[in-house]
Amino acid sequence: MALDSKVPEGPIKDKWTTYKDNINLVNPANKRHIDIIVVGTGLAGGSAAATLAELGYNVKAFAYQDSPRRAHSIAAQGGINAAKNYMGDGDSNYRLFYDTVKGGDYRSREANVYRLAEVSGNIIDQCVAQGVPFARDYGGLLDNRSFGGVLVSRTFYAKGQTGQQLLLGAYSAMNRQIARGKIEMFNRHEMLDVVKVGGKARGIIARNLITGEIERHSAHAVVIATGGYGNVYFLSTNAMGSNATAAWKIHKKGAYFANPCFTQIHPTCIPRSGDYQSKLTLMSESLRNDGRIWVPAKIEDAKAIQQGKLKPTQIAEEDRDYYLERRYPAFGNLVPRDVASRAAKERCDAGFGVNATGEAVYLDFASAFERYGKEQAKIHGIKNPSKEEIIKLGQGIIESKYGNLFQMYEKIIAENPYETPMMIYPATHYTMGGVWVDYNLMTTVEGLYCIGEANFSDHGANRLGASALMQGLADGYFVLPYTIGDYLSNDIRTGKIPTDTPEFDEVEKEVKDRIDFFINNNGTKSVDHFHKRLGKVMWDKVGMSRNAKDLTAAMAEIKAIREEFWKDVKVPGTADEMNVELEKAGRVADFLELGELFAKDALERNESCGGHFREESVELDGEQKGEAKRNDEEYAFVSAWEYKGEPADAVLHKEELEFKDIELKQRSYK
Amino acid sequence: MNLTLKIWRQKDSQDKGQMVDYKVTDISEHMSFLEMMDVLNEQLVNTGEEPVAFDHDCREGICGMCSLYINGEAHGPDRGITTCQLHMRMFNDGDTITIEPWRAAAFPVIKDLIVDRMAFERIQQAGGYISVNTSGNTQDANSLPISKHAADEAMDAATCIGCGACVASCKNSSAMLFVGAKVSQYALLPQGQVEAADRVKNMVAQMDLEGFGNCTNTGACEVECPKGISLENIARMNREFMSANIKG
Ligand SMILES: Cc1cc2nc3c(=O)[nH]c(=O)nc-3n(C[C@H](O)[C@H](O)[C@H](O)COP(=O)(O)OP(=O)(O)OC[C@H]3O[C@@H](n4cnc5c(N)ncnc54)[C@H](O)[C@@H]3O)c2cc1C
Ligand code: SF4
Ligand code: FES
Repeated sequence: MALDSKVPEGPIKDKWTTYKDNINLVNPANKRHIDIIVVGTGLAGGSAAATLAELGYNVKAFAYQDSPRRAHSIAAQGGINAAKNYMGDGDSNYRLFYDTVKGGDYRSREANVYRLAEVSGNIIDQCVAQGVPFARDYGGLLDNRSFGGVLVSRTFYAKGQTGQQLLLGAYSAMNRQIARGKIEMFNRHEMLDVVKVGGKARGIIARNLITGEIERHSAHAVVIATGGYGNVYFLSTNAMGSNATAAWKIHKKGAYFANPCFTQIHPTCIPRSGDYQSKLTLMSESLRNDGRIWVPAKIEDAKAIQQGKLKPTQIAEEDRDYYLERRYPAFGNLVPRDVASRAAKERCDAGFGVNATGEAVYLDFASAFERYGKEQAKIHGIKNPSKEEIIKLGQGIIESKYGNLFQMYEKIIAENPYETPMMIYPATHYTMGGVWVDYNLMTTVEGLYCIGEANFSDHGANRLGASALMQGLADGYFVLPYTIGDYLSNDIRTGKIPTDTPEFDEVEKEVKDRIDFFINNNGTKSVDHFHKRLGKVMWDKVGMSRNAKDLTAAMAEIKAIREEFWKDVKVPGTADEMNVELEKAGRVADFLELGELFAKDALERNESCGGHFREESVELDGEQKGEAKRNDEEYAFVSAWEYKGEPADAVLHKEELEFKDIELKQRSYK
Repeated sequence: MNLTLKIWRQKDSQDKGQMVDYKVTDISEHMSFLEMMDVLNEQLVNTGEEPVAFDHDCREGICGMCSLYINGEAHGPDRGITTCQLHMRMFNDGDTITIEPWRAAAFPVIKDLIVDRMAFERIQQAGGYISVNTSGNTQDANSLPISKHAADEAMDAATCIGCGACVASCKNSSAMLFVGAKVSQYALLPQGQVEAADRVKNMVAQMDLEGFGNCTNTGACEVECPKGISLENIARMNREFMSANIKG
């Protein structure tokens, strides 16, 4: 099937308005006869469910947690972008659009990103009306902060808990509709497959995670909002339950999967401390504004530190390698996420890592203490302050800026970051790839939509900070409610979709067979055993730096692990009860397929762009020698994969990307 | 370190349940408490036993899913953190650790250490929202200035993660701290005023209906709350409730 992105004609500034003026609408009386399933209740699914219900549709919403409020959107710390220009620093929809396309290294669809920028202001209005307590200044107006790599301050925030507050806003809107009976909420339910009738998505099969019961749910349209697939690496900043099952299952039923290799590895996470590690915790990127990143310059010092024989504070200034400042004098410690991550890996691979695992670098605030301390001494008119006084004053400033992060660090690592440098290491954080959707957010299956992190659309090859929250809420509050109406206007006479049909029988049987297989497999190894092995291959060979040889090997290794998994996985307990191991088994089975497609996509894309770095595609000489080299002639496209059985057999479809409103430039941070 | 664990095992909501002893060895002090539980579960799976079911998801103290009652304290011995943020360095080699689910009539056990917190959901559905449509036709966000003080206080109340530790710590199983936080967030903001009276009445009525106990001001909830939600919020809810009833 040829890909049609369905981007409306006309100038980019008018596309969305013209589109909205010309689509078909469903009248309020008819909406009552239309059912919509929304799977996932994070920012994307929660906002969509609330809005669709409010419009009058009957919504059934699903989440695997015990409440919509617990979706992993809750963990977002930093903030949400919007082109409000409240700071009067010249921000505009165009600028937000431009920054987002450039930030994504020119691998996103222009029209979608423009629309995102266009509705961004509305998101803030909406959230404030709902009672989201954004940070304010003393005049009572909303405050903004600046966030990585852009020239304006456009990021709205609620302490370090922006995602939590936005989600509670969407959740409250859902609660209002649940109370009205317009949303039927299915907590602790997991979607295990989609049901198509006559080529259209008409329902899902879900498992009640408390009773184990397999349920059929029908609707006129199905919306997938199940978040990202970062847990394919086993360790990531995602939640333990974050999974790709819904996205992968719809892929197997005909939805193309786009750009799986575009993953964001975040440079400032708390390092792994041992093999028992279950997840990684993000430290806000804002720390790089004041911290300097270094490793020992001498390998013998690094070894001594790894063995616990030497402390960082004992290493003299001239024996430290501030490698980001050395390599990127212009941007220094503030280079983009992907560049900072790769540079850390390079040093650690060379043996200079600074904890027992050898996978950590220092983030040192000592010079910030001094700089702020001197400033404060001046402000407070302290004459000839002692070194201790200066440090103390400086620490006070750092505490007011990052106190909660320092405290969180100390809780996890049990070291005081005011006294000794923090240790950080990159971790998988966000997946830009996902289910392919057109301008309407519809997948390649009719009536099947995908929103939020689960789709691929707006971030290209890299994601700027504070743009995922924006995308999730834009999709759910302001985009999908229009586009889905246009589609559903053809369904006003369809009537209820019955579930006692062969189509439902068939998919339910597939689901049950798979569950029975796991329960009866009598293997010898736990689900986690396989998940960890998959994660290791992904991290070592499909991680921050990729090459053809390793990617080819990764595909074979993942396939081998998958085959072993099906032979030897052990799932205790039964199917008709709460069974956590069974839940995990289903998710890991899907990751074991997705991982291979991921590697295949990375192999196919022989260019370096954003979060995807191919060692074969670097600048060969000049100032940029050794840095990532994008290849716009050959790779300015979205890769959309069609399922054909084995992941290795997936067929590539290309959506060529056209840039009419932006000039393509190579990034330079030297 | 080597530890003895006494863990509540209960097959399902019908089962009577009992404490069962387990041993874990070679636990690193750097492990989180839930990673220690992972080690136990891996051990159980490998010997063909059913692993212990417990709630968790984000493992960074924000989703409110984790909920263990450890050695008689909700979220364990450390302060200002959730179970998932508790680390094994808080324990010593040879310790015996008792692990139970939240205990409250309104939170029935689903399995082992997992409880049903739907009562919290129903309380919020009863009024924990502002009735504004998500249509995009709202007014500009800055057309309604809100004092920084009120906004900050509302934010403090809004940081409640809905974990239920307050209920589990209270000898009366009262949910006043949770409901107080929710009522306060809206009571402190101008957007919440229009529906303030109905909100507090409806939420309190639902709370009573769910079978949570009364507040006798012992303050145990505030001590165990991982997010530092203050008793102030209960007082504010009481004031809101009184004035709502006077207005009728
Ligand atoms: C630690 C962290 C910090 C971040 N900070 C920021 C930030 O500062 N700014 C920013 O813009 N972005 C940030 N991000 C990214 C952003 O938070 C996410 O991309 C975004 O919130 C994803 O929202 P979502 O609605 O798509 O998915 P989620 O919030 O992950 O929701 C997924 C939903 O799907 C449900 N679900 C999943 N699978 C199934 C299934 N099979 N059946 C039924 N239900 C299912 C879950 O129950 C859940 O309700 C951060 C991400 C992380 C991890
Ligand atoms: S008030 Fe505190 S203890 Fe109670 S639910 Fe909220 S965060 Fe948990
Ligand atoms: S697992 Fe999310 S708060 Fe503990």
